[in-house]
Amino acid sequence: MQVYLPIAEVSVDAVLLLGLGGIVGMLSGMFGVGGGFLLTPLLFFIGIPPAVAVATGANQIVASSFSGVLAHFKRRTVDLRMGMVLLAGGLVGATLGVMLFNYLRTLGQVDLLVRLFYVVFLGIIGALMFVESLRALRKSRSGAPPPRKKHTWVHGLPLKMRFRVSGLYISVIPPIVVGFAVGVLAAIMGVGGGFIMVPAMIYLLGMPTKVVIGTSLFQIIFVAAFTTTLHASTNQTVDVLLAVLLILGGVIGAQLGTIVGTRMKAEQLRILLALLVLAVCGKIALELLLRPDEIYSIAARAL
Amino acid sequence: MRAWLTALLLAMAALPTRAEEVVLGLSQDTVSISTRFEGSDILIFGAIKREAAILTDPPLQVIITLAGPNQELTVRRKERRFGIWVNADTVDVDAAPSFYAIATSAPWREVLSATEDLRHKISIERAIRSVGAPSEVTDSENFTEAVIRIRENSGVYDLRESTVTLRESTLFDTRISLPANLIEGAYPTRIFLTRDGRVVATYATEIDVRKVGLERWLYELAHQQPLVYGLMSIALAIAAGWGASAAFRFVRSG
Repeated sequence: MQVYLPIAEVSVDAVLLLGLGGIVGMLSGMFGVGGGFLLTPLLFFIGIPPAVAVATGANQIVASSFSGVLAHFKRRTVDLRMGMVLLAGGLVGATLGVMLFNYLRTLGQVDLLVRLFYVVFLGIIGALMFVESLRALRKSRSGAPPPRKKHTWVHGLPLKMRFRVSGLYISVIPPIVVGFAVGVLAAIMGVGGGFIMVPAMIYLLGMPTKVVIGTSLFQIIFVAAFTTTLHASTNQTVDVLLAVLLILGGVIGAQLGTIVGTRMKAEQLRILLALLVLAVCGKIALELLLRPDEIYSIAARAL
Repeated sequence: MRAWLTALLLAMAALPTRAEEVVLGLSQDTVSISTRFEGSDILIFGAIKREAAILTDPPLQVIITLAGPNQELTVRRKERRFGIWVNADTVDVDAAPSFYAIATSAPWREVLSATEDLRHKISIERAIRSVGAPSEVTDSENFTEAVIRIRENSGVYDLRESTVTLRESTLFDTRISLPANLIEGAYPTRIFLTRDGRVVATYATEIDVRKVGLERWLYELAHQQPLVYGLMSIALAIAAGWGASAAFRFVRSG
């Protein structure tokens, strides 16, 4: 069933969009990532103009994250306090990131920059997570007790705050910095930033994996909503019809994903997410390295 | 009365240069883009009105063009630098139609000469206007060719030779299919009558392509009340997320 999208000005198959939304929503529920890093390239691939894909993707992420976070609230796996602290840094970072993005666009080559960011960050995070979770999985199989949390320099900072749900008593400076950095990256890469946020929370802040997902989803809602409004009001690139179709698939997928996620071990979840991140990274890297079929590309002239 | 007669006489005096005239019909002169729009077929038909006897040698030929609104484009070419493929040279195209279909009554070489093409800008190459490539780009024609190649491959530009049916050098018709990916605007439609590669008569009209209903409403809201539109999108997303969550809870509990 073909549907004509009023803002994107293309006609696409509605069932295909529902399916895409479903897959991305499922990942969102399972891993606590918004799925933007996967959805945006997929939308490019089916012929949605890049500007519309980025902006509408953000809108879809609001819906799937909201659906996911409700499921996590019921299970009490959202650290609201930590989410707020991360969000405070995130919104400032996102604003700065959008400004930086617009500045880079006037210089040209922003497309290349975004791709390089994807390759570098997805590569580093994917590899780290994969190695770490393999090690953890092996340890849990051999029956050795999990290592006790070590005291690092992070624990020596001032402005300490108690995060009950995460079982942490740490300074608010690291979460704010993490939120800020992820906000900047998220705005430049046009995603919610969950795939950076989740490992940062686990490895930098030492939060338990189960809490990380709900908390990440919680703050992604706000970052994505913020991005959507910004895109809609400055570029008019949010296609509501496209968003609705992706959302319909996405919310169902997110619920299924949350159910699947709770049935799996944390280490298994992490290995799967690591493999997924590495796969996307590899695909983008190949596109940069191999000679493209068509070396010319057409774009509407930037004003 | 006298003035009227003089005008008529003058008109008749001017007639020999336009001895043949096009009388045109269109199956539809507006195309409405609704949510379920899947493209549209337009039947273009007409007759040739003439005072004198039909001249059959050289034979009369018909060319019909249908163009979408012009767009400004930026064409980029990738180059390998430091081992990766990056956008290097850029050429701006000042005007390229978003859609362009040409239908002719005979093979291209028989219907139009190169000089007449240059004058009337009929072929796909001539319909694209590109001026002022930056000085470091010496082969700007490659960029224009790339636009044509990419758009021909995606079916947006289409030269359909010998698809106009011409009967008795008087009645002609053709069918042009518009793809689903149309943009809004006036679509200029031109008819050329040619003999021996030279244009002997022309006729121009427009087909209006516009969004209707929900499409129209969303498009206008997005452009006139962008903030409202953005907030509406988010509200919709939150509602959908909550709705699905509630529905699932209901299904699992019941």
